[in-house]
Amino acid sequence: MEMLVTALICLPFLWAILPAVLKVTKVRSFFVYLGCAIVMALSVTTAVLWFAQGSQTLDFNLPFNGVFDEIVLFGDLFLMCLITYLCFKWKKAIISLLAIVQTLFVAGLEFFATAPEETLTIHIDYLTIIMILIIGVVGSLIGIYAVGYMHGYHIHHHKELPDHRSFFLAMIFVFFGAMFGLVTAQSLIWIYFFWEITSVTSFLLIGYTHSQEAIDNSFKALWMNLLGGCGIAVAIGIGYLSLNTVNLYKIIDLAIAHHTNMLYLIPIAFLAFAALTKSAQFPFSGWLLGAMVAPTPSSALLHSATMVKAGVYMLIRISTAMADNYVGNMVALVGGFTFLAASCLAISVSDGKKVLAYSTISNLGLIVACAGAGYEETIWAAVFLVIFHAVTKSMLFQCVGAIENTTGSRDVEDMQGLISLFPKLACVLMIGIAGMFLAPFGMLISKWAALKSFIDEKSVLVSTLMVLFVCFGSATTMFYWTKWMSKILGQSGKEKSRDLTKNNEYVSMFFHAAMMVLLILGFPWLSNNVLKPLTYDMFSTVKQVISYENITIMIVLLVGVFVIPFINYLFSKNQKGKQVITYMGGANAGDNFNFVSATGDPKQMHISNFYMEDIMGEKKLFTPSLIISTVIIVVYLIMVVGGAF
Amino acid sequence: MTVQTRIIFAICYIILAPFVIGLLDGFDRKVSARMQGRKGPSVLQPFYDLKKLFEKEFLTANKAQLFMVKSYLCFILLSGVLFFAGFDLLMVVFSLSTAAMFLVLASTSTHSPYSSQGTHRELVQMMACEPMELLVAVGFYLAMGTFKVSEIAVNSKLGVMYLPGFLVGFIFILTIKFRKSPFDISTSHHAHQEVIKGVTAEMVGKEYAYVTLAEWYENAILYGIIGLFFINSNPLSIIGVVVAILCVWFLEILIDNTSARVKWQLMLKLAWGVTIVAAGMNLFLLEMIKG
Repeated sequence: MEMLVTALICLPFLWAILPAVLKVTKVRSFFVYLGCAIVMALSVTTAVLWFAQGSQTLDFNLPFNGVFDEIVLFGDLFLMCLITYLCFKWKKAIISLLAIVQTLFVAGLEFFATAPEETLTIHIDYLTIIMILIIGVVGSLIGIYAVGYMHGYHIHHHKELPDHRSFFLAMIFVFFGAMFGLVTAQSLIWIYFFWEITSVTSFLLIGYTHSQEAIDNSFKALWMNLLGGCGIAVAIGIGYLSLNTVNLYKIIDLAIAHHTNMLYLIPIAFLAFAALTKSAQFPFSGWLLGAMVAPTPSSALLHSATMVKAGVYMLIRISTAMADNYVGNMVALVGGFTFLAASCLAISVSDGKKVLAYSTISNLGLIVACAGAGYEETIWAAVFLVIFHAVTKSMLFQCVGAIENTTGSRDVEDMQGLISLFPKLACVLMIGIAGMFLAPFGMLISKWAALKSFIDEKSVLVSTLMVLFVCFGSATTMFYWTKWMSKILGQSGKEKSRDLTKNNEYVSMFFHAAMMVLLILGFPWLSNNVLKPLTYDMFSTVKQVISYENITIMIVLLVGVFVIPFINYLFSKNQKGKQVITYMGGANAGDNFNFVSATGDPKQMHISNFYMEDIMGEKKLFTPSLIISTVIIVVYLIMVVGGAF
Repeated sequence: MTVQTRIIFAICYIILAPFVIGLLDGFDRKVSARMQGRKGPSVLQPFYDLKKLFEKEFLTANKAQLFMVKSYLCFILLSGVLFFAGFDLLMVVFSLSTAAMFLVLASTSTHSPYSSQGTHRELVQMMACEPMELLVAVGFYLAMGTFKVSEIAVNSKLGVMYLPGFLVGFIFILTIKFRKSPFDISTSHHAHQEVIKGVTAEMVGKEYAYVTLAEWYENAILYGIIGLFFINSNPLSIIGVVVAILCVWFLEILIDNTSARVKWQLMLKLAWGVTIVAAGMNLFLLEMIKG
């Protein structure tokens, strides 16, 4: 196990050198495929081995632990220098201050403060293994997809851009390594290091095209994530100066043991703050929306398997220390509010990737809210959502990317009748959308559990607000997904054209679709053998979160969604009927797509969705959302910090 | 409740719901006509209409529409069975919104300007109603400690005593659900309100018959939820249920005949406003009492 984890963390970093130095496309592609396959195999092997060994929680040291400590320390300083250099290069010097202050603070503590007690460095339990699987499997698939996509991106669509594919593919591997490190490490100092790597790599990926928009957005991502890094730095500082430990698990135990003493809650509060920035909750959603400018594989990577999942991983990890206290309330309120606000905002946008971005933020909001509540049911629901969301969102991003490459547009309005033009892409998209909100799929089960436990939440105000957030949020969620679905299933007057999607892109997408179907079908198994032991580890009680009766209903609904339309289709397939054209007040020009205009000439008719810009528009809602969420965070942080002194 | 009674309830729902709701619809027309100083059609008129629709020649702009309309009906039936067999109320609401999605997909599959307009209004209506429907389930859970309809129905407590705000909010959105004026925005039962039939604009003959039937089955569930507010373990409470349902039925007719259609923006704001004020306040107070 020690060797496997070492390989998981180190290999992607070392492998990243290969695509970076290889310039021949074919050879590089081969090594990227090989690397992805190895990473996937390693993560699956780790998981299987761990299960086979009785799925015990493990704590151990890596071989050459001391060397790693040195690497982490100098790595921090190196990252600081890199950020400072880049900030000066692009004339955003002020941002480098954030990096310099926090890195020097942490490094200073390591050099001068009395060292806290030594502990083991690696922790493996159910949550870790789930994260490793998500990063390893979903992440690697994105890597495979990226090879084909980036080829098309540079050769067919963006000939004007300089070709930095080597760099792009290398960064993907760096991301894997950092994520594996982040989810396995115990020491906050290590976590801080890997955290900063993900911040910097995402910054580099977002700025990939070097256009002005990309530069601006990448720096936005950088400063927000560095601000989150400051949160961890503060937690490390308190760990050094007053708790005599920087071990995440020790800090959590201390906070639970001294739940009346606010001092022990401060590191938890700042870790939660850091996690909120990483998981792109309001008021820090801007960076994830800006991340759209990057090529699609990096959006898929940031939105599904990595980056934002680092934030929710942290929150789920510390959730036991957040049950029914100020920090938990803060996290739950910010999450619930984000769930509602982002889903409202998603109604008003028509850019497919932007809809996905808002839906990611909204979905993460629900996960964050679940983690903030800190009950078994909500943790159960949160982990379930994390798994589901990673697979679904990765698939959706890849699909929208492929559609954009094929049709030249990713606007939802241009996807009219996609089912008849590109049936394969449309099917993948439909499965993804169904997975995001439809009755029997992942979201519903989680929403059910979340609603139930929010009602049971102790604080009356938080409970009421959370219930309202979830109820209204699920109504708005339904709206933007259904209207997208109805676009795809409509009719199209366009001529069929060639599907430019590469085979490896399809391999990745179909693999995702298969994984999703397996997840749905295997949901009772997953609940019993993974999620329940997970919550048992955290809370030491066994609870049947969702009754067998409801599981039966889920399965009936699930079967219903596939079987009912299918049977109805079979029965009405041979229905004799007269084909007529649609009603247009007598102005049809012979078919359903053109009408006779005022001049007497046929004109093409466009049917557009509702976007409600006057009610839900970004101009109207975005700033108020920022203000409200900032107020929530500031007020609760003041209460926690003020309560300690 | 025993399994047998639950099965009997579900079967009764499937067989009786169209007759009961169809009759209520017939009386609705009669009462409406009297309010407007007309004589009105026979109370059996809805059934004659339905029969005629089924017998019409099948015309369609897109053949895919028929199977989606049928799926819509099936899902409504499934939700109704879940409700009357006493399963989880929250699941019933989720299942209902899945059903509604099939209606939306059926109507947009034709590329018709009028049905597309109607569909988006239908989506707005769904968005306006869904929070309140979910909140009703939440309210019952808070008051009775369970989401299960079969347990709520035989509880010793009377729902309406604890959930008056929820009842008010629910009756408010019922106007939208029943497609009654002033909120008959996506489609209307009145010819003078609606030039083209909105979301059902492209549905002819048997397709429209299926939609009508589905609407009846759905209304039965909604009346059932009203009944849930008034039922408890006392058998005499059944009288209260019937009276309450008839009162709500009459109230909706009265509202229908005394108001003119509003814009969807206003509907959305009103529905959400009432939900937050009535149900939100009630929720907050209930939580306070519970501690």
